[in-house]
Amino acid sequence: MPLALYIARRVAVLVPTLFLVSVLIFSLQKLLPGDAALALAGEEHDPVAVAAIRAKYHLDRPAPVQYAIWMGKVLRGDLGESLRNRIPVTELLAAKLPVTVELAIGSMLIALAIGIPAGVISAARRGTVIDATANLVALSGLSVPHFWLGIMLILLFAVRLGWLPASGYVPPWEDLRRNLTTILLPSIVLGTGVAGVMMRHTRGAMLETLGADYVRTARAKSVPERLVVLKHAFRNALIPVITLGAIEFGRLLSGAVLTEQIFAIPGFGKMLVDGVFNRDYAVVQGVVLVSAGLYVLLNLMADVLYFLANPRLRGS
Amino acid sequence: MSDAAAVTDAIVAPTRRPHLVRRVLRRPVALTATLVVVAFVVIALGAPYWAPYDPIKTDYRAIRKAPSAVHLLGTDEVGRDVLSRLIWGARASLLAGAVPVTIALLVSLPLGLLSGCAGGWLDGLIMRVTDAMLAIPFLIVAIALAAFLGPSLINAMLAIGIAALPTFLRLARGTALALTTEEFVVSAQALGCSRLRVAVRHVLPNMLPPLLIQSSLTVAAAIIAEASLSFLGLGQQPPAPSWGSMLNAAQRYLSQAPWIALYPGLMIFIVVMALNVVGDGLRDALDPRVR
Repeated sequence: MPLALYIARRVAVLVPTLFLVSVLIFSLQKLLPGDAALALAGEEHDPVAVAAIRAKYHLDRPAPVQYAIWMGKVLRGDLGESLRNRIPVTELLAAKLPVTVELAIGSMLIALAIGIPAGVISAARRGTVIDATANLVALSGLSVPHFWLGIMLILLFAVRLGWLPASGYVPPWEDLRRNLTTILLPSIVLGTGVAGVMMRHTRGAMLETLGADYVRTARAKSVPERLVVLKHAFRNALIPVITLGAIEFGRLLSGAVLTEQIFAIPGFGKMLVDGVFNRDYAVVQGVVLVSAGLYVLLNLMADVLYFLANPRLRGS
Repeated sequence: MSDAAAVTDAIVAPTRRPHLVRRVLRRPVALTATLVVVAFVVIALGAPYWAPYDPIKTDYRAIRKAPSAVHLLGTDEVGRDVLSRLIWGARASLLAGAVPVTIALLVSLPLGLLSGCAGGWLDGLIMRVTDAMLAIPFLIVAIALAAFLGPSLINAMLAIGIAALPTFLRLARGTALALTTEEFVVSAQALGCSRLRVAVRHVLPNMLPPLLIQSSLTVAAAIIAEASLSFLGLGQQPPAPSWGSMLNAAQRYLSQAPWIALYPGLMIFIVVMALNVVGDGLRDALDPRVR
């Protein structure tokens, strides 16, 4: 199957999914207890303001009509404006997203640097103390509550040792060195969790390839063990690991909510939390919609990567 | 939730039940983890009995006291005993672990069975909605739902349950679908069992092992999610204790009173790790390919 056809098929499946996602996100505002217009008008319940809001957000129309109006705007790139400061939500998103992307890249680098070597070594040394230790560390990375790990790292590196700033963010174009020092701790926090996932999957994939016939053949030809592990087994084990990496990257983009909160990093997650606290529902809907869109997109990318990396799929 | 795919693979072949518990407990690591989980449940259930102080009673003469013989784990920013709050906080975590998983199981078992056995447009509809829910990341769903429902422990549990639902539904439906092609199900149909009887007596019991594994892993994820929501102020409301909300308060006094931050997170870490080990142990014991 050619690549274009494969992508077209996957996208065709995505359209109904994304439609339902948008319906779910639209329905969120119907969960608001009582009258949405009253909730939006704030504490005073000024009848004039309530009526204005009701007309502005078409709350006097039936729900399907409201959805159609909302969706029409979303498709034209209009996600409404923040109730708090009247800035368009898309503008806010455009400002916050690069910060979160930088954090996600930093976390991913740490995860790959730890997770993949640990997975390869522990598979090659299966059943040894090294394997058991690596598994235990990976499980710890998966189990530790990240916001607590963040607090503990702040306590150690910022409060006790004073090596790194406790919180805040400096954009890379202002001061690259300070940017890296502000992004390091949160990247470690997020990276450890992903490293655990990567390690376990790399180990599993390696165990499978190490048991394959072509590895046995290589060993029978007395290819050095180092080469067997790194060339024959590792290269083939990388296919599922790459796919997983793309999916995990999508999770990082939306999974940084608490980490950004703790380190006061003005990204996507902090925008969501601020939106929640300011009862700024357009912002909340915007963040959820965009994070779902990104997640779907990265999953599609993972599928395409898998397709490209696996010649057997192209034949069928 | 990332283990869902692995769980789907954990297959559905009939297992000899009496040996399951023994198989899990034979491994020393799994045994230790099980004991930790049991201890956690006992501590949570017997909170009034174990706690040395009233967890919400403030004492302005004992603000931010370091751990000592009087207050074993110190006191917090309004003089409440940290140990007592930890013990009572276990209740919020236990509830947050159990209730969402129960919701997810109660919804996904019948719906998954229906979807997997009946097929057709109903299956298509259920699966498309599941896909849509899976497209929104777990914690984002939970935060958005909790925000729109309003902050309380009950709403947080409801939000976590709904967020966990699509993974369960997909697993239940996939398992049911795989089972319908198994020989013992086909032979039951050939013997003239009604569709309902086949579904309830033959398919349903065999759906349980993979859902059991998923449940133990989801209890762990739900405990972290509750702590996260409470940390953000969307879960347990003050002054009632929860490990997540204790961490929120603790962050403000990090340099003066680090012990307030240390213990709640450590408790979450230990309990979640134990639950994950139990989940892994269950998977190893139930998956015929690993055995």
